[in-house]
Amino acid sequence: MTTPYTDGPAGTYTIEGQTGPWELVIGLEVHAQVTSNSKLFSGAATEFGAEPNSQVSLVDAAMPGMLPVLNGECVAQAVRTGLALGATINRWSRFDRKNYFYADLPQGYQISQFQHPVVGEGAIEVETDDGQKTTVGIERIHLEQDAGKSIHDLSPTMSYVDLNRSGVALMEIVSKPDIRSPQEAGAYVGQLRSILRAIGTCDGNMQEGSMRADVNVSVRKPGAPFGTRCEIKNVNSIRFIQQAIVSEAKRQVEILESGGQIRQETRLFDPETQETRSLRSKEDAHDYRYFPEPDLLPLELTEEFIAECKASLPELPAAKRARYENELALSPYLAGVLTADAEHARWFETLLADSARRQGKPEIDVAERAANWMTGDLFGALNKLDLDISASPVTPTQGGELLALMADGTLSGPLAKQVFEIMLETRENPGDIAEARGLKQVSDTGALETAIAEVLAANPDKLAEYRSGKDKLFGFFVGQVMKASGGKANPAVVNELLKKALA
Amino acid sequence: MSALTDLSLAKMQSGLAAGEFSARELVSAHVSAVEAARPLNAFLVETPDHALAAADAADAALKAGTAGPLAGIPLGIKDLFCTKGVETTAASKILQGFKPRYDSTVTEKLFAAGAAMLGKLNLDEFAMGSSNETSAYGPVISPWRADGSSENLVPGGSSGGSSAAVSARLCAAATGTDTGGSIRQPAAFTGIAGIKPTYGRCSRWGVIAFASSLDQPGAMARDVRDCAIMLEAMSGYDPKDSTSINAPVPQWAAALNGSLKGKRIGIPREYRVEGMDPQLEALWQQGIDWAKDAGAEIVEVSLPHTREALPTYYIVAPAEASSNLARYDGVRYGQRVTPPGGSLNDMYEATRGAGFGGEVKRRIMIGTYVLSAGYYDAYYLKAQKVRALIAQDFERAWESCDLLLTPTAPTAAFGLGAKSADPIAMYLNDVFTVPASLAGLPAMSIPAGLDSQGLPLGLQIIGKPLDEQGVLDAGHALECRAGFTAAPQHWW
Repeated sequence: MTTPYTDGPAGTYTIEGQTGPWELVIGLEVHAQVTSNSKLFSGAATEFGAEPNSQVSLVDAAMPGMLPVLNGECVAQAVRTGLALGATINRWSRFDRKNYFYADLPQGYQISQFQHPVVGEGAIEVETDDGQKTTVGIERIHLEQDAGKSIHDLSPTMSYVDLNRSGVALMEIVSKPDIRSPQEAGAYVGQLRSILRAIGTCDGNMQEGSMRADVNVSVRKPGAPFGTRCEIKNVNSIRFIQQAIVSEAKRQVEILESGGQIRQETRLFDPETQETRSLRSKEDAHDYRYFPEPDLLPLELTEEFIAECKASLPELPAAKRARYENELALSPYLAGVLTADAEHARWFETLLADSARRQGKPEIDVAERAANWMTGDLFGALNKLDLDISASPVTPTQGGELLALMADGTLSGPLAKQVFEIMLETRENPGDIAEARGLKQVSDTGALETAIAEVLAANPDKLAEYRSGKDKLFGFFVGQVMKASGGKANPAVVNELLKKALA
Repeated sequence: MSALTDLSLAKMQSGLAAGEFSARELVSAHVSAVEAARPLNAFLVETPDHALAAADAADAALKAGTAGPLAGIPLGIKDLFCTKGVETTAASKILQGFKPRYDSTVTEKLFAAGAAMLGKLNLDEFAMGSSNETSAYGPVISPWRADGSSENLVPGGSSGGSSAAVSARLCAAATGTDTGGSIRQPAAFTGIAGIKPTYGRCSRWGVIAFASSLDQPGAMARDVRDCAIMLEAMSGYDPKDSTSINAPVPQWAAALNGSLKGKRIGIPREYRVEGMDPQLEALWQQGIDWAKDAGAEIVEVSLPHTREALPTYYIVAPAEASSNLARYDGVRYGQRVTPPGGSLNDMYEATRGAGFGGEVKRRIMIGTYVLSAGYYDAYYLKAQKVRALIAQDFERAWESCDLLLTPTAPTAAFGLGAKSADPIAMYLNDVFTVPASLAGLPAMSIPAGLDSQGLPLGLQIIGKPLDEQGVLDAGHALECRAGFTAAPQHWW
């Protein structure tokens, strides 16, 4: 099926069906792994990629007689997240048991917050790539345990279970059904990720499964009430979320237009085929037999605790972006790019401070050059090398030094690029590279005057042509002088001296 | 029967301290008694090596002056407590062969105090039962017999191994656990004392869970003082149990006081059930008179929701149990049954079908049912509300009294098999004990007398939260006046 999608009448995203446009209604449940040293209810470590079953306590393996003890740090992280999303913090919340059998669920139940979540309603503003802003409501955030991992492909007859993830703390961040397009869904997840990373409550690493989403999709005729939704489970990248939404919405439109009805069900998205398939229908849905977890007391938060969480929050991405625009005079584009990721912003701020200090100028005067260099040269290089900013071979202070060398004329643009290439390879400081390899720009008038004299002497015919009015040859002489200097000559100085010599 | 096994725990302590006998002698006498009492089936596992090693350590510590409060005291441990390296099954086939790598907080405390473990005591499977007949390893036979009868009687349950072993003089004291009466009812059936402290006094960490919001470890011994000594060693805040109470443990035994002057003892009207055994009614009246004699003021009180306690209990406890027992799935430990070519679900079904006994399955099914979508509000939620009302009843009662005095169980011990076909009749055993469990209150049973057939009957004292001292003091006052000295005849 190739139903094209178009912009609808009111600028809303729609899918064009046989019977006209269809609107999408999307809600996301994002499962974010809480950044903490130990699990939600045990002291076992949470590090990613450890040997199977090496981070499992007696509690995580649900040995007889074991009891959960709530990890206060995970609660603080959920509260910090709630505060960052402008959400209500519930002073009283409670854990429930969600009962079902699976080999990687040792207790036979997941401890979760079904009825009384720790965080209530909030909202975030998101902006799509085309600059459209919209507000997405947050329904709730609750804490819950992750399950282990079943591995079915190591043996033809056996399944293996790795309990390292068993008991790891997750925040389930549930949005309201406020999202109307795959672009908004992507922007919402991106913005959420950027906030969680900025405040350090989730590393946002979707490849490692630290963030994944259940996507609820329904379609309706514009203005009609909500349709029946389907839930697409466990989608683990922004791209897949967007693809899954499009594919699922198209499927629903096809069914509805051919006179069918949508069955409420849980589906899975296969990125290979770009299709969703049914996992289980509502009728087959588990009866989870939720009831209050009797091994834990209700969670009661004091005002002091909430105040401490609030005080520990760093500047949030939206505030940071506004500050970059207002106080550093960066363009909305640059401010947006630099604040989208907390690591990037941290890197930029070190670069900026160092660059300003070395040049003895206020930050506002050097901010744009620093931002342009970072988003241009540095991001380009990292992209080519397929490296994260955290793995950058060049440090922000080295970047600051490079910018200072450009600003004071030691390095020309082309020379700076050459030096930067070497920095990426050797991790040396730019000043040392320029010194050791003689890559400094030559502004010494004496040496350049000699070079100019030599060039003019070697090209008497061109000189004659120039003098007879062929002005364009000025560029030729500049090129020759630059060549003679091995590219190191300061072009401004060359220009000036040449003009004098040719006058 | 050797004289050493007849001593109270307190007398054992003083005898050891005075050097009248060694811990080795004391423990050896009990090890022999345990071996000789195998027909009672009270022990699932005997651990003479553990006991004798602890005895030798105790003798050395006594000499060095470093002995703990329970140094060399021979104890039995209900097999619901996990014990490091010693098979722990909760009397279930599904945990056959399971040897924990850890000790429960309570056994760890007891061993740290110097106690010698003689072995693991039989119980109803997962503590679900009132007669110790649901054990997968056979019923415990009570050491008691009716006058002139050789009929086997039940020792009560679920701590039936504990009650039988203590009353048969196989150990000085034993740990029990009480969810709806599992310490008090077997204590009453076997003529011993047993206390369930306030919910949260003893850590549940390492105790195999039946119903988390009700389960509470406690002490069983032949008199009130011994219960106090034992409970002191078992109690205390445990950060590993989130429901454990962070309060200091008083020195109950040292403060034990048999005077009830200034105490008001409430007699709950609703416990006078129709068709009550006249002998039991007479004993209750006797208890009231003893309390008066000890200086107490007697007041009649009302606990209006008493009738609802048993049905409430039989919703809440199975609901929690159905979830708590989900972990016995054959995946990580214990028994596993894999039907050839079967799926994961087939393995669960086969494992749990073979591993759990009838009563456990019944309660898992009841619990699953009452938590199911569409039934939750009518059963579980309603039961939680009634539970709150029952707790409120007690709070109101405390406005006019300090303690409550009731019978422990509606009858004396019955014959093996007499009620095992009728679960409702069996559940009625808990009618007097369940309300205090639902309210989390401290409660104890003391041996008060014998019925016309020569079988023990118990009286129950219920106290305010954390007032174990009041409960023990009242128990002590009644026990002194009851002068209960009867012991089972040695027939095994």
